Amino acid sequence: MIKVEWLYWLIGLVFVVMAAQMAADRTNPKRWTSAAFWGLLGLTFPYGTGVVNAELNAAQPGSASWTLPAEPLGLAVLALIVLAGFNFIGKGVPVTTTTAQREASAARLGSKIFIPALTIPVVAIVCASFLDGSGLFETGKATLIGLGLGCIAALAVGMFVTGERKISVPLHAGRSMLEAMGSALLLPQLLAVLGSIFAVAGVGTQVGTLVNDVLPNNSKYLAVIAYCVGMFLFTVIMGNAFAAFPVMTAAIGWPVLIQQMHGNEAAVLAIGMLAGFSGTLCTPMAANFNIVPASLLELKDQYGPIKAQLPTGLVLLGCNIVIMALFAY
Amino acid sequence: MIVLLGVLVVILGFVTRRNPVLVVGVAGIVTGLLGRMNPLEVLAAFGRSFADSRSVTVFAIVLPVIGLLERYGLREQARTLIGRLGKLSAGRFLAVYLLIRQVTAAFGLNSIGGPAQTVRPLVAPMAEAAAERTTGGPLPDRLREKVRSFAASSDTVGLFFGEDCFIAIGSILLITGFVNSTYHQQLEPTQLALWAIPLAVCALVVHGARLLLLDRKLEREMALHAAENELPPPPRAAASRTGNGSEEAGK
Repeated sequence: MIKVEWLYWLIGLVFVVMAAQMAADRTNPKRWTSAAFWGLLGLTFPYGTGVVNAELNAAQPGSASWTLPAEPLGLAVLALIVLAGFNFIGKGVPVTTTTAQREASAARLGSKIFIPALTIPVVAIVCASFLDGSGLFETGKATLIGLGLGCIAALAVGMFVTGERKISVPLHAGRSMLEAMGSALLLPQLLAVLGSIFAVAGVGTQVGTLVNDVLPNNSKYLAVIAYCVGMFLFTVIMGNAFAAFPVMTAAIGWPVLIQQMHGNEAAVLAIGMLAGFSGTLCTPMAANFNIVPASLLELKDQYGPIKAQLPTGLVLLGCNIVIMALFAY
Repeated sequence: MIVLLGVLVVILGFVTRRNPVLVVGVAGIVTGLLGRMNPLEVLAAFGRSFADSRSVTVFAIVLPVIGLLERYGLREQARTLIGRLGKLSAGRFLAVYLLIRQVTAAFGLNSIGGPAQTVRPLVAPMAEAAAERTTGGPLPDRLREKVRSFAASSDTVGLFFGEDCFIAIGSILLITGFVNSTYHQQLEPTQLALWAIPLAVCALVVHGARLLLLDRKLEREMALHAAENELPPPPRAAASRTGNGSEEAGK
């Protein structure tokens, strides 16, 4: 059975190899600290397996064979924050092809060059749709594992199609993209950390209490607005509608909209979740959707995608409110 | 109530545009300590949730392949391909991509796209090439950023407002899981997915319309840009009607 942890080890290995390349790259003025950052990030991936194993053992003793304490990993995360937060990571001068060379190569390869790019989603979809539950992959992880397998397959196909022989070429090219992204790559994982600390510290419950205090009684429309706007704002703060949903639903959605006012359960809850999704479009806290694309596309304004999405998000919040008010009752 | 100060740290940090990594790190420590965790517990919470959330960084595995293909002209070929599609403007192209992303996500194929897999290597260069053809000249940096931002947005909006129409998606399962276990209900995923359809249509109409308006905005701003730089105005009217935008604004 293929486990998702194997994929994490592979990613960790790729980061460590790229860090070694960076340490040797004299064109990078901050090569040692850059290598330390990416190398340490790479090591957190296999180390994380031990931490997750410890959690599994805590839930069900004897389910994992080896475990590691979480505190050293927390310390490593703080080190990553310091390295990225105080601009200790830099980038080298990428060795790559010129525009003319690329145009010539594109003309030579024609549309064949799309084949490896399309291999990734095709393999990912085949794994997620047909091989999930076949026993080949760890349960519930087929999409992630499929993405990993898709990339390995695409790399092989890509080397074949382009006639590239050296594995160092894709690694170097990937490293240049990694260096260009810099700390933005770390942000989604850090926000997930913040989200879970918010949850443990009780931020959600506090926000729920606040909303309950200001909620007017007995007005259906105001309650609908409070639920949708609450989901929206909470998601903007947490960067994740999944974190907002249980809190807002426990505060308003279930007791007020469904029990007290007899709304259609499925409509209230499904539309409430989508009000949260409208919020995800508008927040830098959802870094993997909104900040990572900006750095991948090498935008100067890291809020560019959010600016493109903000009006849509606000209008869709309005649509959520109207549809819920009209059709849930 | 005092734990909400952590939220304030985040808001202030982002508003004053501090380094986001630092903002999030400080907010995490502050919230943890205010929530009466001791320093070791904060460290352990950092470590555990970092290990639990490794899946969000998995997309980095795509980078070597995309980097290799870009070296061999993937983006250039994407531009050439869009050049063959006659009158397709940037806005229309992105609207079509939005629709495709929504429909495929609605059938559970949400790993078909993404910023690393499709937007950077294919969608953004195609949209840029289409914009340059219809406005008749190389885009100034500001407009190039705008086109790229909208390319990213069509991927994200399409994913968010498509995937919920599919019953086996995380958000739908979260709703049924939460409600059925907390309130002892028997809610079925299909009932929820049905209610996602009207919102999917709204998203297509709203964002699609904004993408189509992007074309006009680009043309207007290109004319303005040409005027500011005392260039002859680009042949936009002729270019956008005949699809013959190969003449570039003089420079």
